[in-house]
Amino acid sequence: MRSIWRTLTSRLESGLLRDIALVCAADGLVGASFGAIAVGSGFPLWLPMLMSLVVFAGAAQFMFVGLIAAGGNPIAAVLAGLLVNARHLPFGFAVGDVFGRGLVRRAAGAHLMIDETVAFALAQRDADRRRAAFWACGIALFVCWNVGVVAGAFGGTVISDTDAFGLDAAFPAVLLALVLPSLKDRSTRLAAAVGVVVALVTSPWLPAGVPVLLALAGVLVALGAAPDGPRDPASTSRSRSEEAT
Amino acid sequence: MTSPLVLVVATVVLGAGTFAFRAAGPALRSRVTLSDRAEHLMATAAVVLLAALVATSALLEDGGFAGVARPAGVAVGGVLAWRKAPFVVVVLAAAATAAGLRLLGVP
Repeated sequence: MRSIWRTLTSRLESGLLRDIALVCAADGLVGASFGAIAVGSGFPLWLPMLMSLVVFAGAAQFMFVGLIAAGGNPIAAVLAGLLVNARHLPFGFAVGDVFGRGLVRRAAGAHLMIDETVAFALAQRDADRRRAAFWACGIALFVCWNVGVVAGAFGGTVISDTDAFGLDAAFPAVLLALVLPSLKDRSTRLAAAVGVVVALVTSPWLPAGVPVLLALAGVLVALGAAPDGPRDPASTSRSRSEEAT
Repeated sequence: MTSPLVLVVATVVLGAGTFAFRAAGPALRSRVTLSDRAEHLMATAAVVLLAALVATSALLEDGGFAGVARPAGVAVGGVLAWRKAPFVVVVLAAAATAAGLRLLGVP
């Protein structure tokens, strides 16, 4: 942990900390809206808080609460949430090396694995920075998200409409900015383009979460095409963090 | 409203299932040595998933078109990121564009 802190506090990483802080602030606001919406829909105060601690996945939480509030079956709501979260399985293959050894670290790392932490980790160019970015982003987001949810659950509907602040546009922009440097690699770009088309075309007919998984078909395209430049993953897919920051 | 016990069980099951998805990748990965090629493909898969998330969350809402303001905001952010603008500028510009368009009455 000390080495992670040293990496983060070095002069080079102050930009990274600022970027993470920004995403945390936005995440806290969305968490507050989740808490407010859940309580406003008639759920007990503790439900959004328990959920944010044990599930810690925004999209699945909103879906679960929305489905049950609309009179849906709890089993269907759980299955819908699980479908949305299935993407974490392939994410784990990609960033599983950043957790380190030991059961506690591996369990904590797995629980902190969300879209933003994966994107921040992938945008770093070496293993030390990947590890530092993952843990800093994961711990900070976990705290902000849960604090936001508690505030929203108690504070009510002050920030129930985060769309008015454009936060619904901010989150795709966060992931896009972090992923963009990886798209310099031609085969990765091709795979992503195919994946995006597959996900968009299948979205109207399939339950949420499935189209994004089907996007993995794009990886088959990358299987056919050789990556350009050196075959070292650190220099091809994991691009330089400065370009994202 | 659904009973508290059902809500607790449903929440715990969703949490446990989500954790299983999250833990499975790293657990399987630590058991095998991956070639550089396989490592590259795993990283590519994560990038493809994130790109698909960007596209679907920027353009769609409940399977339909999400309107103009949100995709416009993400597009502004994307162009700024491509032009190597700082991350903070990218994110704030995306949010400000979407919020501004909505203030003007654009859906």
